[in-house]
Amino acid sequence: MSQGPAKRKPIKSNIFDVVPAPAEIPQNVLQKNFERVRACKGGEGIIEVGIADLFINWCRKNSLWYLYYATACCGIELMQGGASKYDFDRFGAVFRATPRQADMLMTAGTITHKMAERVQRIYAQMPEPKYVIAIGACTITGGPFYKDSYSVVKGVDLILPKVDVYVPGCPPRPEAWIEGIRNLQNLIMKTKNYGLKKA
Amino acid sequence: MKTLSAQEIFEKLKGKFGDGVVSLQTESVNPPFAVVPPGSIQEVCRFLKEDPDLLFDYLVCISGVDHKDKFAVAYHVYSTEHRHRIGVKAMLPHDNPVIPTVDVVWKAAIYLERETYDLMGIVFEGSCDPNRILLPDDWEGHPLRKDYIYPEQYHGIKI
Repeated sequence: MSQGPAKRKPIKSNIFDVVPAPAEIPQNVLQKNFERVRACKGGEGIIEVGIADLFINWCRKNSLWYLYYATACCGIELMQGGASKYDFDRFGAVFRATPRQADMLMTAGTITHKMAERVQRIYAQMPEPKYVIAIGACTITGGPFYKDSYSVVKGVDLILPKVDVYVPGCPPRPEAWIEGIRNLQNLIMKTKNYGLKKA
Repeated sequence: MKTLSAQEIFEKLKGKFGDGVVSLQTESVNPPFAVVPPGSIQEVCRFLKEDPDLLFDYLVCISGVDHKDKFAVAYHVYSTEHRHRIGVKAMLPHDNPVIPTVDVVWKAAIYLERETYDLMGIVFEGSCDPNRILLPDDWEGHPLRKDYIYPEQYHGIKI
């Protein structure tokens, strides 16, 4: 005697139970980001910036378009990370083919001295604000080419003005890349575009 | 298809060039090398490529060897028709390593000669593209030489 198709339990999503959608921005966040700025000239006028920083940073961190730039084997992990399994798109990181549309440079692979000038030029072509993630052992210290290599730059921070996040590994797994992107997002949320600057 | 052994190929070379081919080096090398004087490298290579019994149509690689007192240039060639292979080697003096190009025989030699010049400093006379291929054009020295001294910096970047 057949029992017929088994009754399926309805799948209940608990996403909304765990993370309630915020009805409004919490008070402490508001206070932290609400600042009064003296106008530059004269020092008399007062501008209330409000939560502009919060909003701008939120926009920036969620649209980190990265340059599709790969010089060595880390580029294979970059492709994997950008593909559907790991999917950087979830964090707003979409690849761009030109530095003029990119916010973030992930240096995936060994930088040689011949390539160094090109990296500097690429970095100069990117519009502000721009961020750099040094991916893999080669771009952090030179990696396996640290000793007795005449052609490898021993770290991309020697040729670029700043590196925001370092992701070690040879090459790092896509999970590590995602952590690097998340760390960069946290950094972006802490930056102050307006407000009283700490002198 | 008629595959010849290295000894047979060497004897054909010997029959064509006589004393123009010096010796066959078989000890601990695969494939064995026919050592030729640098001046006759173009004629030997053309004969290797065009002789119907040899038909070496594939130049696999060109290597430079630094023996400290002299340089050697090694050509690995292979015949896709007859499925046999041999090496050709030429010895050069250390202070002025110059050898005629073989890019008139195999076009593939252009990149290989550029690489050998770039890293070893062996000059291929008459080459249609005698530039560096891997390192920047203004690089000083040839890094795979035994007496190469590392530079302190390149364009202000520490090495």
